[in-house]
Amino acid sequence: MKNYLSRQRYLMDFTLHSMLRRKVKNLVLFVVYFMVIFILASVMLFGQAVREEAAALLKNAPEATVQQIKMGRHDLVNKELIAPLNDIRGVKKAEGRLWGYYFDPVNQANYTLMVPSADDKQHQIKPGQSIIGPGVAANRELIRDKFLLLLPPVGPLMKLDVIDHLDPQSALVSADLVLLSEPDFRAFFRLPADVYTDIGLTIRNEREIATIVNKITSKFLGTRVVTRSDILRTYESIFTWREGLLLALLGASIFAFVIFVFDKASGLSAEERREIGILKAIGWETGDVLAMKFWEGGLISAGAFLLGLVLAYLHVFFFQAGLLEPVLTGWSVIYPDFHLAPHIDILQITTLAFFTVVPYTAATIVPIWRAAVTDPDSVMR
Amino acid sequence: MIKIENVNKVFNEDQQNRVQALQDISLQIETGQTTVLKGPSGSGKTTLLTLIGCLARPTSGRIFLNGEMVSSLPEKFLTEIRRKTFGFVFQRFNLLRGLSALENVMLPAYPLGRDHAGLRKDALRLLADMDIAAKADMNVENLSGGEAQRVAIARALMNDPDFVIADEPTANLDTRLTGEFLKIVEKLRDQGKSVIMTSHDPRIWQADVVDRVVSMEDGRICADEVLKK
Repeated sequence: MKNYLSRQRYLMDFTLHSMLRRKVKNLVLFVVYFMVIFILASVMLFGQAVREEAAALLKNAPEATVQQIKMGRHDLVNKELIAPLNDIRGVKKAEGRLWGYYFDPVNQANYTLMVPSADDKQHQIKPGQSIIGPGVAANRELIRDKFLLLLPPVGPLMKLDVIDHLDPQSALVSADLVLLSEPDFRAFFRLPADVYTDIGLTIRNEREIATIVNKITSKFLGTRVVTRSDILRTYESIFTWREGLLLALLGASIFAFVIFVFDKASGLSAEERREIGILKAIGWETGDVLAMKFWEGGLISAGAFLLGLVLAYLHVFFFQAGLLEPVLTGWSVIYPDFHLAPHIDILQITTLAFFTVVPYTAATIVPIWRAAVTDPDSVMR
Repeated sequence: MIKIENVNKVFNEDQQNRVQALQDISLQIETGQTTVLKGPSGSGKTTLLTLIGCLARPTSGRIFLNGEMVSSLPEKFLTEIRRKTFGFVFQRFNLLRGLSALENVMLPAYPLGRDHAGLRKDALRLLADMDIAAKADMNVENLSGGEAQRVAIARALMNDPDFVIADEPTANLDTRLTGEFLKIVEKLRDQGKSVIMTSHDPRIWQADVVDRVVSMEDGRICADEVLKK
């Protein structure tokens, strides 16, 4: 065993020397290979992380939301609907929600104004106070940490003290969020006391959601129920579609890269063939030559894969996927300046390795095997 | 001892460019001797050398090494024999460019997985024996012809073989370097090694160190002369 390991060490050592002797070819191969891995891994990690993020954030959202529909559009819902919804078996709690959009003419940006739930003990706000999302804070740099001025559709400016900022971890959905108290919200939008934007339902048993939705839509005509899984599915399909679109666009260039890599890696130069002949003549077995070339392919492949993966990880989770973000997250006046929670899906990484490292190794080993099994007497001619 | 019985070697058999390189060769080479295969280009001496050195197999006939038939052994076993029994000095030396002289000498021992310190020590000793230890760390492409040949000989001796096989060893050397090469051959013979060389250089087959000259022509042995010293 010790002998075997020592032999492998010699082979690796020789392989490294060999690679250094052909450094231009190997460097080009390595760079191209690593770039392909970097792009593919970045798209994969980003897409997956965004989906995970959305799922994690929606975990605290109500299981279903009841909306009033008027002329096919979303309308304000009357608070009288809350009590009968609470009476439906399986519904733990029905709560009116208040949220709306506000265009800030000063910063030319849209904010989402929202009243936090009564159950949200972390974000309880008194009249005259507000908590703002990280995007709003960044956008209103001059007055952050002090107060927020909002210009209502009618009436004088509303001045709110900023008492806190929302956690940047959830910036993907909270970047443009402004939390304020119910009286301020109603005053700002001149909203009557008996209406809500929609009603959030907390449901005890997830398996009952479909039944409850059916009950509500048949009992309360003119309402629409949106479940949490509907929202998740929409997020999923949007991100998957964008990821697929990006990969399709990159596909042609990646394919060209792959052809280039395989061409460079699988073709043996006359010098390399001669070397294989010499090594066999001086006592190297076919297996030794194959092992050496296997190490060579493995070092390039594994090195490029690891470097590509690590840089993709840093790119996505530490540099907010600067190269992909505009394509994958869409665009808006306020970009969510978010930091994705590091997340790695082993299955995805394995799949990526399987479709890059394995074909590369196969492409290189076949021509080498052909050269390695030929008689070593070629060096004498 | 190497015994060759009725050996034939044909290249490109069943093709239009068929070449019969060796015809019905029988020969016995004793150990501890220096044997030269001489003859003009195309006489088959290099082909015979490759068969003796287990670099290729004969088309027909048998080759025995110390009584064991080796001509029909699979490649894996031939490699093992090559590694342990033969050391090769090629016409163009065939050193690996980009590696130092020391690394080139160590190469044949890599598959054995020996400890590095011992391997390095042995390689340095061989380079010192060849009077070229000072150039151990120099890349081989920067060595002169004579230096490169001495590195090639040191490499051939790395696994302490019984036979040293050299193909046209003086083809690229001047008279002074040829003389130095013959001194090394003498040293090898004194160490009990058998040396088998091909050459059409009279400076070689007329040298004192040579015990036997086998002349070849058109793939056949035409003369076999044991030199009396």
